[in-house]
Amino acid sequence: MKVKCTSLFLFLWLQVYFWRMKYLEAIGKYFIMVYEVFKKPTKWPIMRSLILKEIDELIFGSLGIIIFIAFFIGGVVTIQTALNLNSPFLPKSLIGFATRQSVILEFAPTFTSIIMAGKVGSYITSSIGTMRVTEQIDALEIMGVNSLNYLVFPKITAMLMYPFAVAIAMYVGILGGWIAAVFGGYAPSGEFIKGLQMDFESFHVTYAFIKTLVFAFVIATVPSYHGFYMRGGALEVGKASTTAFVWTSVVIIILNYILTQLMLG
Amino acid sequence: MIEVENVHKSFGDTHVLKGITTSFEDGKTNLVIGQSGSGKTVFLKCLLGLFEPEEGQICYNGQFYSELSTSERRDLRQEMGMVFQGSALFDSMTVEGNVMFPLDMFTKQSKAEMQDRVDFVLERVNLIDAHKKFPSEISGGMKKRVAIARAIVMNPKYLFCDEPNSGLDPKTAILIDNLIQEITREYNITTVINTHDMNSVMEIGEKIIFLKDGFKEWEGTNKEIFKTDNEAVTNFVYSSELFKKVRQMYIEERN
Repeated sequence: MKVKCTSLFLFLWLQVYFWRMKYLEAIGKYFIMVYEVFKKPTKWPIMRSLILKEIDELIFGSLGIIIFIAFFIGGVVTIQTALNLNSPFLPKSLIGFATRQSVILEFAPTFTSIIMAGKVGSYITSSIGTMRVTEQIDALEIMGVNSLNYLVFPKITAMLMYPFAVAIAMYVGILGGWIAAVFGGYAPSGEFIKGLQMDFESFHVTYAFIKTLVFAFVIATVPSYHGFYMRGGALEVGKASTTAFVWTSVVIIILNYILTQLMLG
Repeated sequence: MIEVENVHKSFGDTHVLKGITTSFEDGKTNLVIGQSGSGKTVFLKCLLGLFEPEEGQICYNGQFYSELSTSERRDLRQEMGMVFQGSALFDSMTVEGNVMFPLDMFTKQSKAEMQDRVDFVLERVNLIDAHKKFPSEISGGMKKRVAIARAIVMNPKYLFCDEPNSGLDPKTAILIDNLIQEITREYNITTVINTHDMNSVMEIGEKIIFLKDGFKEWEGTNKEIFKTDNEAVTNFVYSSELFKKVRQMYIEERN
């Protein structure tokens, strides 16, 4: 019995050890990849056209879904806040205030980033992963091109435009909230706008944009890592896209907590 | 010229290449043959510098690869052309874009000069009307020709081909083989081809290396492969009934 327990414990300990080692190795490999991205840059005229193409694909291509989601999330936040503020002693302006705070601090930067992790992240993983399985990355390497710089750097640079998309999400989210409040009969326009302007701290916007920039880097690099180092065929490209989405979301949520604690805590 | 000296390569406990020594001359089509798992691809990747041997040396025109700095290795890579088994064309670029890519990346030529060079190499591989087509719009044989055009556009000193005629019909396969041989002779390139295709062995095998279980089992020419008594080579090369009969006829004719 004692021998059985010891071997079971040893087995479990080894499982945890190898599991931990696997993730530590992946984290190390990710940082090496990030370092490699900035080495041996591609010729500027080529890089410029790649960056513009990625801005079009990653940022402009996502504006539609960002605006759509932000508008309705803003509306939902307003309705839920209004329904929970049913005391006659609480001013209606609080609805505007809560909507503003929720949208600027959390919904626009974090919620949009999770959506982007799905939309942009899966595009990045599948496009790089397909290049890997069809040996296009090997072809770049053999030509003497720094494939990581060629493939990942334009995506990181394009994602620097992401705060603009989040700024639009903030605006549209608040607009959605205002429309829901006014046309849903939850608060008069004047009260809602008064709440929007109440106790405004510009640092909250700065905090949201700093968070957004960090998330942008994560959205560009974590899916690139999963695409670049994937092995297998078409099925594995799909699996890598799903894994990339899960890990990008996990990293965003953890960093969201850390950044909030550091900047607002 | 590429000289390979006692090259060993392992992956974990698997010893893939076990002391390969050979040389590949300029202007000749050198073929590496062997069964799947014999180490051909690993050997080709070692020649390309994608894998570094644990033991042994690879020397390119007097330059030992292991002694080169990172930038010298990069420069050497630009003297190499590679034709992949699946062509590995950039599917977001047109045929012209694919061929122009290395020029755009590594030369300071004007747009007109690059266009002239692209037109020249595409004409050389007999692709005239496919400039604006995407890889998904052309046939397998045309893809191989685009891959060859892309590989030679920078005037490489070394050309590596990984099963260049796999998946092609016999007629197109012979056309691709002949094209590679013509280009090799015309530009005096050192060409190394990994192949399973026995037609290629007979047609263009100016030097053939047979790998078995990571060892170099045999080397010779396409003329010598008819005469060899090496059992492993004859079992591999003459595994089909057709080739057995061809060999029998050759031996009878010789006697």
